[in-house]
Order: sequence, then C-alpha cells, then structure tokens
Amino acid sequence: MDFTLTPEQQSFRDEIRSWLKKNLPKDWTSRVQAASDVPREEAYDFLRQWQRKMYEAGFVGLTWPKESGGRGLTFMEEMILQEEMALAKAPPVLNILAVGMAGPTINAYGTEEQKKRYPPKMLSCEEIWCQGYSEPNSGSDLAALQTRAVKDGDHYVINGQKVWTSLAHIADWMMLLARTDPDAPKHKGITYFLVDMHAPGVTVKPLKQITGDAEFNEVYFDNVRIHESQILGGLNNGWAVGLTTLMYERLALGFGLQVRLRIALDGLVDLARRSSKNGTPATKDPVTRQKLAQLWIDTEVFKYTGARAITKLLKGELPGPEASTGKMMWVEGHQRLQELAMELEGPYSQLTKGSRWAVENGLWQYGFLRSRANSIEGGTTEIQRNIIGERVLGLPKG
Amino acid sequence: MNFGFSDEQELLRSTARKFFENECPSETVRRLMDTPEGMGPELWAKLAEQGWLGLVYPEAYDGMGLGFVDLTVLLEEMGRAMVPGPYFSTVLLGGLAILEAGSEAQKKEWLPKIAAGSKRATLAWMEPSAVLGPAGVTLTAKAAGGGHTLSGTKLFVPDAHTADAIVVAARTGGGPGEDGVSLFLVPRTARGVDVKLLPTMDQTRKLCEVTLADVTLGPETLLGAPGHGWKPLERVLERACVALCAEMCGGAQKVLDMTVEYAKIRQAFGKPIGSYQGVKHRAADMLVDVENSKSITYYAAWAMDEGSSEGPLAVSMAKAYVSDAYRKVSAAGIQLHGGIGFTWEHDLHLYFKRAKGSEFTFGDATYHRERVAQLVNL
Repeated sequence: MDFTLTPEQQSFRDEIRSWLKKNLPKDWTSRVQAASDVPREEAYDFLRQWQRKMYEAGFVGLTWPKESGGRGLTFMEEMILQEEMALAKAPPVLNILAVGMAGPTINAYGTEEQKKRYPPKMLSCEEIWCQGYSEPNSGSDLAALQTRAVKDGDHYVINGQKVWTSLAHIADWMMLLARTDPDAPKHKGITYFLVDMHAPGVTVKPLKQITGDAEFNEVYFDNVRIHESQILGGLNNGWAVGLTTLMYERLALGFGLQVRLRIALDGLVDLARRSSKNGTPATKDPVTRQKLAQLWIDTEVFKYTGARAITKLLKGELPGPEASTGKMMWVEGHQRLQELAMELEGPYSQLTKGSRWAVENGLWQYGFLRSRANSIEGGTTEIQRNIIGERVLGLPKG
Repeated sequence: MNFGFSDEQELLRSTARKFFENECPSETVRRLMDTPEGMGPELWAKLAEQGWLGLVYPEAYDGMGLGFVDLTVLLEEMGRAMVPGPYFSTVLLGGLAILEAGSEAQKKEWLPKIAAGSKRATLAWMEPSAVLGPAGVTLTAKAAGGGHTLSGTKLFVPDAHTADAIVVAARTGGGPGEDGVSLFLVPRTARGVDVKLLPTMDQTRKLCEVTLADVTLGPETLLGAPGHGWKPLERVLERACVALCAEMCGGAQKVLDMTVEYAKIRQAFGKPIGSYQGVKHRAADMLVDVENSKSITYYAAWAMDEGSSEGPLAVSMAKAYVSDAYRKVSAAGIQLHGGIGFTWEHDLHLYFKRAKGSEFTFGDATYHRERVAQLVNL
C-alpha cells in the first residue's frame, strides 16, 4: 500500500498544476462551486472553448490511444488530472459523453473507418455527442426499447422517440440503440447506430426541467435514413455494445464524480462560513458541524473507495465490488449536500436568481433542484441496487 | 499509487482465515465467552506461536516488526471470527503503551514476554466521567518518597482481571489539560488495587472497574517522563482506534456474508427472499457500508505507518464512518434473517453486540465528526 507518486507522476501533476494556474478562467470559480452538476445552458459556449484549450494542452483523453489523439496514459494519470482539476475548481469537460463513453466504445467495436472518422473530433469538442438510450416507455427496462430501424437497401430507416437526452440540442452525433429485429428476444434484436443529429427527420425538442432550464430533450426520428456503415459492433449486437458504453460511463463519470463532490463541498463550507443560524455563525452550530463533517468524511471515503478500484484496474484486474458502489454513494452524498445548502440559507433558500436578496444569485437553488435528477439519470438508484445485489452479491433475479 | 495489499499481506489474510476457522469456530467463541477469562491458554499459546502477539513490535523486542496495514489484515480476520479475549487489550493497549512511553529497560522486560504469550497488560485511561480527552484523567498520583501514591477509579478497563500489569493514566499535576498526565505501569497484584469484572452486553469483551486505594509505587513504575504522558497515550489510542476499525470491518463483512447466504436459501412466497427488492436493496446498502468502511480504514492504517500529518484526521474519519456502518450492517443482518436472527443460537447477536461495544470505544461517530470538524478548521 502506497499513496506516494513516482517522480514521473509528480512531474505530470506539476505540469497540470502550473497549466491550470495560468489558464483557469478566474470568473468561473464562483459559478462552478454551486453548479457542481451538468453545466447550465448559458455556459455551453464557454465550456466548448475551455475543452478546446485543455485539448490543445494535451489534457483531454489521457487514457485514449495516441492514434485517436489521446496520450496513451493510465488511469493513474487520469486520476491525478481529476484531482488537480478539483483543487483548482476547474470547469468540467463538456463533451464527456463522447470522451468517456462514445470514444472508448468506438475504439473497442468500431471498424477502421469508424475509428479514423469519429474519435479525433471528440477530444477537441469539434463534434459533440449525446446518448440515445431511454424512451418514454423504456427507462430502467432499457431492453424494452421500441425505436425501430428497418432495412431499406444499404440504409436503415429509423422511426421512434428518445427522451431525457442530455445535450441533444447542441449535439452533432448520437449513440442510438434501435430495434432491428422485433421478433427476436428483446435483448437480441437491438442494434447500435452512430447517428448524424443534423440528418433530415431528426427533431429535437428541449424539455423544461424542474430547474426551469432545458438541458435535456425529446428526440424524434421520422423516417431518418442511416447508412449501414453507421452500425457499430454488428447487426443485432447492440445490447452488448450498449453495455460496454455503460461500463465506460461508470468508469469515466466515476472519476469525475469525486471531483464534483469535492468542489461542491468546498463551496458548501464557504457558504457555511458566511451563514448564520439564529444570529450565531453556522459553523459554530454543533448540529451543522456534524452534518458538514459527515459530508467531508463521505467525500474522502468516496475517494479512497475509488482509489481501491483504480488500483485493481492498474493491476489489470477487473474492478471489484468497491467499483459498483460509486454512483450510488455519490448520489446520496450530493443530494444531502444540496439539502444542507438550503438549510444553511434558511428562509433565503426560497429566493432565486433575480432577487437582490438571493444568496449567490440563486446558484444553490439551481444545484439543489438539479440534484434530484442524480438518483434517476445514468441508472436509477433502484437499478444500481439491483446490479449490486445480483452481480456483486449474487442474489437471485426477481 | 497502490491502494491494495501485497502478496505477503494476502498470504497473511488466508493464513489467518484458515487459522481462526480451525482454532476459533463459533463453538469455541461461545465456550470462551462464558468463562471469566474469555480466553483459553491453548489458543493464546497458538496466537503467540504464529507471532501475532508481537506483530507490530520491533524485532528488537521479539516482535515481527510489521506495520499497521499488516495488522489491519489480521484484525479483519479476528473480527470476522469474533475472537474473544485480551488480544486487543494486551497487544494494542497495554503493550503499545509500553512501546510508546516506556524506557528501554521497560520495553525489554515486557514486550518480549507479551509477544511470547507469558505476560499480559492492559490500559486504564477512562474514568466514570467517560470524558475522552485529557480532562477525563483525574485519578491522582501524589509524589511520595521518591515514587507516587495513586488513588481513584478507572472504568471500562478491558481485561484488567487477567492482566499482569495495568498501564494507568493518572494526574501528577496541572489542570484539566494535557500537562500533568502521567502513565504508570501498575502490577495488578499491588497492594490497594481492586479489580472487579463487570457484566457486559458483549460477552466476548471483558471490561473491569479498577479501584486504586493509596497504591504506593516506586519510581521504576513510571512510563516516560512524569507529567508528559498524554502525548504517548494519545498516539496509543489513535493507533488502537485504527486497529479497532479493522476488526469492525471484518465483523461487518462476516454479517454481510451470512446475510447474503441466508437470502439465497431462505424461501418465502415460493422464492428465495434475496430475489425480493426489499431484501436485495438492503443487502446492497450493506455492501456499500462495508466497502467504504474498508477504504477509509486502510487509508488510516497507511497514514499510521507513514507517520502522515493527516493521521489524526484519517483516524477520526475512519472511526466515525465505521462506527455507524457496523451498527447499521449488524442491525440489518438481524432484520433480514427475521426471527432466527433474534435467537441466542444464531451468531448474529455476537456481531450486533460487538458493534455496539466498539461504537463507544475510543469515541463514537458524533465525537469523531466533531474532531474532524476541528481538524479541518470548520
């Protein structure tokens, strides 16, 4: 057991640290503290430029192979990068669905042409990706999806609807799961397509969320024609390819989640230092101190459980039970953190952006509301518990 | 970075697992916990033979010279097997106090004997006030004839009734602060020492009341400089706390294992109960608690070995987290077993009771959360 870095890792850390110090946009800090979640609409342009800048400095896609524009490094360097970004409170990577999921999946299953065409434009944020999995009648039961793809010559014609699709309104490409064989058992008739979001027949309708913002969307497919060369991983093999993406999702987001929790916690501690409770400083209130300390502990625990998972990956082993707990734990911690922010603000928590009385211009109100989605998006907490119960503990399926 | 165990440590784990399965099965635990000693001479001798009574002592004192990460592995297995008796009090409280505070002569005299299994020691730091910090030490030690006279009562002293020596924290001067706390190595048979075994909820852990009535001690019984005993005592308690967390992790893992096995076999409404989400989801929550407990405990053990400046913070984070986790996991274990989990016959209550006892040893979660708040300057 050893937490020290090798000299190479140390110099890598120093390289990131000094780059961040020089290039971090100063005005971002106060905004990112509260909005620790998926970025808000007004930030997209800013985030596009930020990712481009990070890419040019060589800090996006560290674990990607060099031929796809990555650096061929290990998860250790990725973790160092994430840590440094947390310490500096750096903005997140916008095209995370591409960098963390679509790219690795294409590298695993793609043809040579596909590997040449798509991944290089992901890291630079030149092409943004979204994920077309959930439908109005298939969320947790993903394999029940009904969007159809019917063969017509060397094309497939897509009809159907996807929903809760983050970033679809700014995306250029989608990872789409569609049914190609309705007569096969539900897991066996699904195909994974790479879909041009600008193709005729694709309609994106933003959905207004409980935050009032529209970050996710409904996506309608009306006779959208997709060339068969856009299939990833073979006809009717979409379930296996899709699960690979979800595995990368857990891995990629897992690193990022710890960082986001840390950033949010630092923001919360600052908020506590500025807040008072019944006329005395909130940080002197014993109950508040207990709650803050528990969040502090949980954030650290989360980090070390992640470190155990990474150690296994670095040794070439499959991630163990500790890896599967990350998302659930983050969700619970983050929602509790946002609740505490409201508690610290007390009656002021009722005021949102636009009021001169609103705390930090209503950023925590946004974060609080947004956090309710955490236990639903990317696999509900109930589904996560099923996965742990069945795949890790070996309990029988219901 | 490598946050995993070495091949040697994995070997220690499998050796210990097998050893306790053979030497300390449930029947043995139950037989021993019914005796006042809580430990049999054969098992104690075998622990010595394995080198485990001196695992963390330097080789100069006949120890194995291993670290706290290694100790973590052994204690997880001991917690899993619910090993009763004075291992903790002798090796990690009395013994560590001698190692931390004692003179070379005291260490040479005691540690090899502890490692060999021929002598036992314990530590008496708490008093009826149950105050954890230096203010809790009020037992008086008055200078008298070159030595000291000790008077007062110590409570919650583990295994004092079978210890050859009791390291007693006493006050030679100062106010309620750190200054003036001194450590004495008191023979249990010294005149004026009275030890009463207390009935405890966790029968595998024996606790005593130790009364000292004008106990006269010579200067050779002082451990370290008079008045400067708090710092070494604090170091001992911190390290023992990490070791306790490891033991708790092992116990919690065993409860989870028992519960999962049961949920696969036990049928209700024609299906194994583990197929119902009401059971499955609670088991998943137990896994989260167990895995996270291990992560923070391993980190704290590593911080102890490294002498890291984050050590005290790591210890408090671990004890806060693991105290809550073991309590929740052992309670969930009983719940998911239903009626059988509430019987004396089933082993679950042993873990449930150990969890409760451990929760309040070295400070509970509330105490350690406040300490975390202080250490991170909240």
